[in-house]
Formats: sequence, structure tokens, C-alpha cells
Amino acid sequence: MNWQALSLALFGELHAIARTGDVIHGTAQLGPELTIAVVGTADHAAIGVETALAQAQFVLDTVVNHPGRPILLLVDTQGQRLRRRDELLGLNRYMAHLGCCVDFARRSGHRVVGLVYDQALSGGFITSGLMADACYALPEAEIRVMRIPAMSRVTKISEDLLEALSLTNPVFAPGVANYVAMGGIQALWSGDLKQDLLDALAATNTVDARATLGAERGGRALAARVVQQVLVA
Amino acid sequence: METLEFALEGRQSVPEFEAILVGVVGSGNLEVLVEKGPDPTRCTYSIHTSAAGFGAIWAAVIQSFQARHQLGGVAVSINDMGATPAVVSLRLDQAAASIPRLA
Amino acid sequence: MNPHLSFAELNARERVIQLLDPGSFREMLGPAERIVSPHLSLLGVPYAFDDGVVIGSGLLQNQPVLIAAQEGRFMGGGVGEVHGAKLVGLLQRALQVRPAAVFVLAESGGVRLHEANAGLIAVSEVMRAVLDVRAAGIPVVMLIGGANGCFGGMGLIARCADHVVMSDQARMSMSGPEVIESSHGVEEFDSRDRALVWRTTGGKHRYLMGDCDWLVEDDLDAFRDVAIALLGQSKVLTLQNLLDEQRMLTDRLSQVGDCDEATEIWRHFGVQTPDRVADMDAEQLRALNASQVKGIS
Repeated sequence: MNWQALSLALFGELHAIARTGDVIHGTAQLGPELTIAVVGTADHAAIGVETALAQAQFVLDTVVNHPGRPILLLVDTQGQRLRRRDELLGLNRYMAHLGCCVDFARRSGHRVVGLVYDQALSGGFITSGLMADACYALPEAEIRVMRIPAMSRVTKISEDLLEALSLTNPVFAPGVANYVAMGGIQALWSGDLKQDLLDALAATNTVDARATLGAERGGRALAARVVQQVLVA
Repeated sequence: METLEFALEGRQSVPEFEAILVGVVGSGNLEVLVEKGPDPTRCTYSIHTSAAGFGAIWAAVIQSFQARHQLGGVAVSINDMGATPAVVSLRLDQAAASIPRLA
Repeated sequence: MNPHLSFAELNARERVIQLLDPGSFREMLGPAERIVSPHLSLLGVPYAFDDGVVIGSGLLQNQPVLIAAQEGRFMGGGVGEVHGAKLVGLLQRALQVRPAAVFVLAESGGVRLHEANAGLIAVSEVMRAVLDVRAAGIPVVMLIGGANGCFGGMGLIARCADHVVMSDQARMSMSGPEVIESSHGVEEFDSRDRALVWRTTGGKHRYLMGDCDWLVEDDLDAFRDVAIALLGQSKVLTLQNLLDEQRMLTDRLSQVGDCDEATEIWRHFGVQTPDRVADMDAEQLRALNASQVKGIS
């Protein structure tokens, strides 16, 4: 689903969301008293220094001008931009800054919800969607770190073995269902998207409970337990 | 992955000691964890290796190490990523050298 | 204390033991506890007893600290499920025990591909945990000095910490040169041109850019001295800090965004002899930075 169709499905006509380059930004009405800020990317954007910086600007604008306004982070990315120039300029700092802005918004009383509406590949959404209070996804979204053929080349493990293991172990294979099972994605949105968004905004968790969620769902059996062991060591 | 277990006789006793780790699990390398073992007359070896089918070579290396140090009451655990017998022996000897001895 | 002990050549555990006050390190979830990855054996890869990260508590200059060190020689220091959880647990523990600092000796390629999804989620969990510790007024200090550098998710985490310390041998970046070369060709980034790689991602460049706060030589005691200086030096992020960072990052793009090479950037910011930077040691570079460099960050 592209961002225009998504905006229509979520907000009907009640939105002022625009696109500048790869970045989408604006506001929408969810109800007479409920304005929401929307920030994200479109067209499988590669997250380079400009894209990270622009998104950070819109998050900061919301924090400065509209204290408490909820923020929806829309994710559609092919991953971080793979260019020497971006590394030279310090892409890790730009992306981390976006993550710090999202985190600060959360910490300052803004409810922040992430939605992977098309792709989230490689490390593209670590400092946006994954830094929200919770990140959701559409059922048809593609979430993966790397495709299996490429993984096979890099790890020198046969594709056959990787394919076979991925049937029972969600730990490395592509697929939004794996991220749900592991607690990284809170839930899938289908049907009434607007209601899904309202429900997400109504949730009040502020603590990162994804490891516990992964344990409950069986996709990440150890992480929560290891964290606990360290706390009592 | 292959797991191999050995238990060899040894009478060189050692005091209680904190677990010692030498080496790192990198390509062509291994880590060796040495701990106080339950049986004072034996040294046990548990080897977890990504290079399967070399049981006879491991046996020879282990026996040679045991003959050198005669350790008893020690448990050796290894995670191996294809180290050569020479590197294995080196790490085992490094581990043995780190064990505190009775006066 | 130690006549020139190379930080890079030590393994993770040795770095921790040598950095902290003698005899003070208490490891948590150490190798004897065998908290290993449940996934690697299934892929025909051996696990490490500590899953490639050493965590624990100790004293530095008699002050209580928490510390983590990634083992770069195990799976490239990649973050997997257990590894990531050890880091998250340590950071959450910091909120309870309030140490004088949390030190993270980062050496990592980022997410461990064999556990890609767990690693990716773990990286964001570590980021949130770092920012929680930072917000609580406890400084998080990244010490980056290993041969494998600090890449990917760990490069992101590094820039969320209060302080970043690098040696001139170290590197910090998002994507490594090999990945960029695979993607866009050797003309884009020749990963075998070491000088180019270090000019683009190395400690000296990051220091001149202001992306690392301290530059030291590859020496354990040099890292220790800086670590001591940073005890209790918290930098809680305020809105003004973020606005200033936004301004600085915007200015950076407008001023040097079109530069093709690090030397052009350094020259722009006042370095008079950028071609000599590669031959300078950390001490000379610190002096140069103090005297010539203006207005990067």
C-alpha cells in the first residue's frame, strides 16, 4: 500500500500530509480533539543523512510546537543508504539523532507509534519505528535484515539449511510474522486501520516490554530470562 | 557440529580454583574452559566442534596433553572452530599453565 | 601502570580486567555459566560460553562502575539474542545500582546475521536502555579501540551514549566499506584502500568531525585515563541539546555536504595540512584539533 492510500484509509480526507523527497510529513485528524503528527518515508527510501535529518526535524517541530501531540512514524525503507559520502558525513550520528529525538518525544509525554506499511529492510527502521512506544505492521509488509541467498553467501551456510531452519526458527529469516513472534512488532493491523491506530494510541506502556512479549509468544525464548539473570546476578 | 567426550586418568591434583578461559572461538581457533572437576582421579574433556570427523585426532591430542600434565579433578570444555592440532595443544597448555597448583 | 599495552591486541575480558582497578572485576553470566546462543549449533556454528560479550561490575579509581566488552573475534562481535540481552540487562541494572558510569567497550560489525531478527530488535532495545541510563544521570561511555571497529547497530548505539572515546586505530560507522563496495562497486568505496577507509570512518576523522569526543593512542592506560576522567560526567539530553544537534547536523551538510574526501572537510574546518593527518599520532592530532579546527560541532 502506498502512503497516499494508507493516509486515506487511516484518516479519510482529514489529513494534511505531504511528501518532500523521500520524507512524508504532516498532521491528521483522528477525531475532533485528536490531531496526530505523521512523519516517515515513502518509496522504499534509503535512509541517508538528509532523510534522517528531515525526519528528526519534523519530530522536533512537534515536540517544540505541540507538546503532547501523538506521533505516527510511517516506515517504508530499503535500509540505510550505502554510500561512502553518507559514511564520511557520519550517517550513524544522523540516524542516532533521529532515534534520540523519537525517544525524547516519548519521554516528554508524546505517544509514539510506528507502522511498517511497506518495507523495513536491513537497519532502516532501527532509529525510527523500533524506537516508538510500539511498532506495528500491515500484514503485507516486508520486514527482513537480509534475504536468504545473500545471507548464505555471507555466512557460508547453505541456502537449503537456512530455508529448512527458517520453517521452525524465526530468529533470522525474513517475514513480518517472525518479528511479531519475537516481540519486535506489537501486532499486525488489518481491517479497520483507523481503529487499530486509535487502540495503539490508547495503550499506555512506556517501558520496553518487547523481550517479555517475545518470550510469551515463543519467538524469543531467552532474551527476557537473560535480562532477569543479569538484574539479579 | 560434533560433540566428543573423553575421560582420562590423572593423578596431578589441583586445589579449588575459579574457572579459567583461554582462547576465542574464531575461525581456526578455539576456546578452552577449565574448571574443577568432580572426579579427583580423572580429567574430563568435552569438545564441541564445527569440524566433524576428526575424533581420532582429538583423541591423540587429548591423550598427549594428559600425558604431559596428568591432571586429576579437572574438567576441560572446548568450543572449536576448526583449529589445527598444534593450536589446540597450544591452548590446552596455556590453560594448564593458568591453573593454580599445590605447593 | 602498564608500559604500552595495546588495547586492540587484548581480548575483551583482558581489556576489562586491565582497565578496572586490579582484582575488582566481578563478571556476571560468565563463561562457566554457559549462557550460550541456542541458535548457532543449528546452523553448524560453534557457540562461545559467554556469547561474545563480557559483562560485570568493578571499581575504577575506587568508584563502582558497570562494564561490558564485546569480543570482536567471535562472530565479528555481532549482536545475537543472548549477547544483546546481556547488554540490555547490564544497562537496566545500572538504573538500580547507579554506578559512576557504564562503560561499553564496543567492537562489533552490528547485528549477528545468524540471529538477524533477534539482533536487530536487541539493538533497538539496547538503544532504549542506553537512553534510559543517560536520562537517569548516569554516564554511558563508549570505548572504541578494537581492530573490527564499531559498525551497524553498535555505531548507532555509540552515538546515543554520553561520551565516545576512540583510538586512532579504531573505526566507527554505519555500513562497512565491504558492504558499500558490494552494493555500488569499487569506484564508490574501495574497501581495500586502507588509508581511504580510515580517512572515512577512522578515529582521527571522527575526532576532527566531533563525532567522537576523545582520541587516544592504542594504549590500555590511555583509555583508562580517559575513562577515569569521565566518571560521573553525565550529559542528560535536553530539548535544547537536540535542537543544537539538529542545527549542527544541518550546518554540516550545507558546509561540507558536497565534499568528496575527508581532507577537503578537514581543510574546510581549518586544518592547514590535511595531508599530514594520516601520519600524526593521537597526541599531535589533539593539539592540532585544539589549535586549528573551528566550528564543526
